[in-house]
Amino acid sequence: MKLLELRHLSTHYVSARGARVTRAVDDVSLTVGEGETLGIVGESGSGKTTLALSLLRLLPPAARIVSGEIWFEGEDLLTKSHREMRRVRGKRIAMILQDPLASLNPLFTVGDQVAEPLRVHEGASRGSAWARARELLRAVRIAAPETRVREYPHQLSGGMRQRIVGAIAISCGPRLLIADEPTTSLDLTIQAQYLQLLRDLQRDRGLSMIFITHNLGIVARMCDHVAVMYAGRLVEAGPVARIFSSAAHPYTQALLESIPRMADGRKRLTAIDGQPPDPVALPPGCAFHPRCPKVLDRCRKEAPPEVRVAASHTSRCWLAS
Amino acid sequence: MNGSGPAAGSSRAAALTLAWRFASFRSEGFPVLPVLILSVLVLVAVFANVLAPHDPEVGALGDRFRPPAWQEGGTRDHLLGTDHLGRDVLSRLVFGARVSLVVGFMAVIFAGILGTALGILSGYLGGWVDQVIMRVTDAWLALPALTFAIFLAAIVGPSAMNIVIILAAVYWTRYARVIRGEVLSLKERDFVRLAIVAGCSKRTIMRRHILPNVVNSGIVLATLMLGVVIVTEASLSFLGVGVPPPKPAWGLMLADGKKGLMAGYWWLTVLPGTCIMLLVLSANLLGDWLRVKFDPQLRQL
Amino acid sequence: MAGPVVEALHLTKHFPVRGGFLARETAVVRAVDEVSFSIEPGRTLGLVGESGCGKTTTAKLVLLLEQPTAGMIRFEGRDLQTLDRTMLHGYRRSVQAVFQDPFASLNPRMRVDQIIAEPLVTHERLGSGEVAKRVARLLELVGLPDRSADLFPHEFSGGQRQRIAIARSLALSPKLVVLDEPVSALDVSIRAQILNLLRDLQAQLGLSYLFIAHDLAAVAHMSHTIAVMYLGRIVEIGDAATVAATPKHPYTQALFSAALPSHPGEKREEIILAGEVPSPLAPPAGCRFHPRCPHAMERCGREEPTLLREAGRLVACHLYEGVIPARS
Ligand SMILES: Nc1ncnc2c1ncn2[C@@H]1O[C@H](COP(=O)(O)OP(=O)(O)OP(=O)(O)O)[C@@H](O)[C@H]1O
Ligand SMILES: Nc1ncnc2c1ncn2[C@@H]1O[C@H](COP(=O)(O)OP(=O)(O)OP(=O)(O)O)[C@@H](O)[C@H]1O
Ligand code: SF4
Ligand code: SF4
Ligand SMILES: [Mg+2]
Ligand SMILES: [Mg+2]
Repeated sequence: MKLLELRHLSTHYVSARGARVTRAVDDVSLTVGEGETLGIVGESGSGKTTLALSLLRLLPPAARIVSGEIWFEGEDLLTKSHREMRRVRGKRIAMILQDPLASLNPLFTVGDQVAEPLRVHEGASRGSAWARARELLRAVRIAAPETRVREYPHQLSGGMRQRIVGAIAISCGPRLLIADEPTTSLDLTIQAQYLQLLRDLQRDRGLSMIFITHNLGIVARMCDHVAVMYAGRLVEAGPVARIFSSAAHPYTQALLESIPRMADGRKRLTAIDGQPPDPVALPPGCAFHPRCPKVLDRCRKEAPPEVRVAASHTSRCWLAS
Repeated sequence: MNGSGPAAGSSRAAALTLAWRFASFRSEGFPVLPVLILSVLVLVAVFANVLAPHDPEVGALGDRFRPPAWQEGGTRDHLLGTDHLGRDVLSRLVFGARVSLVVGFMAVIFAGILGTALGILSGYLGGWVDQVIMRVTDAWLALPALTFAIFLAAIVGPSAMNIVIILAAVYWTRYARVIRGEVLSLKERDFVRLAIVAGCSKRTIMRRHILPNVVNSGIVLATLMLGVVIVTEASLSFLGVGVPPPKPAWGLMLADGKKGLMAGYWWLTVLPGTCIMLLVLSANLLGDWLRVKFDPQLRQL
Repeated sequence: MAGPVVEALHLTKHFPVRGGFLARETAVVRAVDEVSFSIEPGRTLGLVGESGCGKTTTAKLVLLLEQPTAGMIRFEGRDLQTLDRTMLHGYRRSVQAVFQDPFASLNPRMRVDQIIAEPLVTHERLGSGEVAKRVARLLELVGLPDRSADLFPHEFSGGQRQRIAIARSLALSPKLVVLDEPVSALDVSIRAQILNLLRDLQAQLGLSYLFIAHDLAAVAHMSHTIAVMYLGRIVEIGDAATVAATPKHPYTQALFSAALPSHPGEKREEIILAGEVPSPLAPPAGCRFHPRCPHAMERCGREEPTLLREAGRLVACHLYEGVIPARS
C-alpha cells in the first residue's frame, strides 16, 4: 500500500538575479507505505528539509519545484490549487519541526494552539475543540492537561513544548506525519521519551511517518525504511536492516563505519575524507567522487543512474550497475 | 509556486526598481542619490577656493539684496544673489559646506573615539568602571542636547574648534551606550574566552578582539550622528553661539537671512536651509543603509 | 612525572541569580557541586550528562574562566590558589581549550595565522620567521594546507574551523586540552575526522584531554575514564569500558539505554525515565535523581548518597551501600 509516492522530484533555489541555482533536491523518487516510517538521513545542506517542504508546498519564495510528481492518496499534490493544499496541510499531512519554541506562538495558550487546527479544519466549536485539546495533551502524556491547557509556551520545558507540537500535529488525525529533526534540541533521556511517544502514537493511530535526522541511531530504532541523501540526490534507499547490514553505496558504507559504537571501545574510526561539496558548485559526475574511496574513472564524468540492487533497495552508484 | 513572472512586464518593472533604488528609500539597495549628494558636497568643500566666484566674507554694499540671476534684478555675476552686506550667496554656501563638513566630521570622529573607548572599557571591565561611566552617560543623556550645547558654548565662547569640542562632549554618550551593549555580548563569545585561556592581557583583548569587532557599529553610528551633529552646529550658529561671523556657516546664513524673509528675500533662507536638509537627509539615508547592511540588530536604536 | 596533570577536589560553583520582583531575593544555581576528579598524563577523562548539569561550568573552572565557590584545583600536585603569577602563567600555557561552536571560537577579524599564533606570541618572544614556521607546522599537524594561514575564518567550513581551533590549542604544547563538545556542531561525515585527529594528536604528543560530549558513544570511544554528572554532581565515575558496559547508577543505566543503537539488530533494554530534569535552582532533597529514579527508596528522598567504590568504579547511590542502616 503506497500512501505517498514521489516521482523524479526536483526543487531548486534560484538566487535573486537567477545567477546561482542550488539543486537542493534533484530527481528524487521514493515511496512511503501505509503505517510505515521512512527515515531520511544526510548531512547538513543535503536537501532533507527542502524535500519535506516540497511535499507540503511550503517552500520559501526563492525555491522552485522544477519537475516531478507528488502522489498522495491517489492525487498529485503539485496539481492542486493553494486553497486545496491548505486543506491537505495540517489535516492529512502534518509536520513537526526541529525547534519547538519557534513553532509555538508565545502569545497564545497551549489550549488555543492545540484547538486551532480542529476549529479551522473541522469547524469544531470552542468548547468541543478545547475538550479534544485536553485529550490530545493526555495522548502525548502531559501530566495535568486541565491546568496545562491554560498555560503559555514559556511556562513549559523543552520536552513538553515538543510534545505540544506533536499534539498539534496529530490533532486532525493526519495520515502522514513529517518530523524534521524533532529531537535535536532535546536531552538524551527526554529524547528517548519522545521517540517512544511517537512510536506509540504511530502504532495506535496507524500513522505513516517521515523522519528526517542525521542521527543513524534514531533511524536504527525508529524506521522501517531509510533514504540516504547526498548533495540533493537520493544516493541509496532500502529497508533499514538491509542498509545497515549490506549498504551498496560507498557513502552509506563510509557513514556507517564512521560513527563510534559503544561496543567497540577505543577502536579507531574510519573517517570520510574531505568536505561536503559546495551546493552551488557540485562536482561533475557523481557528487561524492572527490571523497569516494572506490572512485572509478567514469564517476568523474558521468552521474550514475539509480539502480535496483535488490527488492526495494536502490543505489545511485556505478559500482552497483 | 513554480511559475515564473510574466516576461513582458519585467523590463518595465526593472526600470521602476532602478528608479526606486535610485531614490533609495529602500534600505537594501545601495543609496545612490545620498552618496552622490554627499560626494558632491565633500568635493565642493575641498575645492571651495576654486569653485567660489567671490570672497565669501567681503561684500559690496552697493550690491545688497540682489536676487538670484534668473529673477528680475539678478546678475550673472551673483548667480544665487547677495545678502544684506552684498556678499555673494553662492560663495558663502560653497565655503559654508566646508565649515559644516569639517565641524561635522571632526565632531563625529572625536565623539566616536571618546565614546567607543569609554564604551569598551565600561563593557569589558565591568564593575565600578562600568558603574561610573554608565552613571555619567545616563546623566548626560538626561540633559537636552541642544540646551546643553548652548550652555557649554556660552562658557567656552564661540570658535570653530570650540564647537567641535562641544559637540563631541555632548554626543559621545550615544556611542558609549551602543558600543557597551555590543561589548557585553562580544565578551561572552568563545573567541574572547579562548583569548583569556591563551593568556592575553585585558588590554590585548580589548585592542585585538573587541575593538575590531565594534568598528562597524561605530561607523554606522557615526554616519547616523553626522546629521544630528550638523543640525546642532547649524542651530548653535543660528543662535549666535556657534561659528562666529563673518565666517560663512549655513546656520549663520539662516540667522542673517531670517529678517529678509518678510521683505521677499527668500534666497537668503531657502538656499542654506536646503543645503542643510540635503546633507542631513543624505547622511541619514546612508547611515540607515549601512546599519541594515552591517548589523540588523542595531535597528532598535 | 607520575602524578595527575590536573586534579579537582570538591570543586563547587554556585551562581547567584536574582529572583522576585525587586531583585532582592537571591537564589543560587548549584551548577557544580563537590566535584572531584583527576586527569593523568596522556589520558582522557570523558564528562557526560544532560543539558545544564554543569559540564561547561566544570570546564570553565578548570580553564580559570570562573572562580570556584569552594574546592580547589591542583596542577601537578600544587594548589592553584597558592601559585604566584609566573606559575599561574605556566598553568595557562599548559591548559588550552577547544569549544563547541567553530563559528564563535575564531575572531572573524583575524587571519588564521594570527589566530593560531596568538598563544605563542603572548607567551614567547619569537621572531616573525620562527612564528610562521611554527604556524606552518601546526597547520600540517591538523591537516590543513599551508595557504590557509593568510585566509580569514569565514573562508572555511565548520570542520576546517574546528581544525584551526585545535591547531591554536596546540600552539604552546599544552599538557591538557579541554574539549567542550568539539564535534557536536559538525556534520556527521566530519565528526570521525576530528575524533581521529584528536586521538592521533594524543598518541603523538602525550596530551591529556577533558572531553565533554552529549554523544555517549563518542565519549566511550574517546575516553579512558568516564564521569557521569547529574544536576551538578558526579554520580558515577570509573574506567570507560567498565562504565559503558555495566553502568551501575540508575541514571547512568537510563542514559546508556537512551543512547541510540548504532545498528537495528542491536537490542537493548530500554529504560524510559519519567519526568523532566529538575531545575538546578531547586534540586530535590536527598538523592537528586530520586523523583525520576525507577529504584527510588524511601531513604533516597532524605539522605544524599556519597560516592563509594562499587565493582571497580565510584557510584553515588544507596542501592550499593550494602546493608541499609535501620531508620532512625
Ligand atoms: N531559502 C533558501 N535560499 C537559497 N538556498 C537555500 C535556501 N534554503 C536552503 N537552501 C540551500 O538548499 C540546500 C538544502 O538545504 P536544506 O535546508 O534542505 O538542507 P537540510 O538537509 O535540511 O540540512 P540541515 O541538516 O542543515 O537541516 C542547501 O545547500 C542550502 O544552502
Ligand atoms: N553565568 C551563569 N549565571 C547563572 N547561571 C549559570 C551561569 N552559567 C551557567 N549557569 C547555570 O548553571 C547550570 C550548568 O550550566 P552548564 O553550562 O555548565 O551546563 P552544561 O552541562 O554545559 O549544559 P549543556 O549540555 O547544555 O552545555 C545551568 O543550569 C545554567 O543555567
Ligand atoms: S558512483 Fe563512483 S564516485 Fe560515486 S559513489 Fe559510486 S563509486 Fe563512488
Ligand atoms: S540513591 Fe536512590 S534515588 Fe538515587 S539513584 Fe540510588 S536508588 Fe535511585
Ligand atoms: Mg534541515
Ligand atoms: Mg555546555
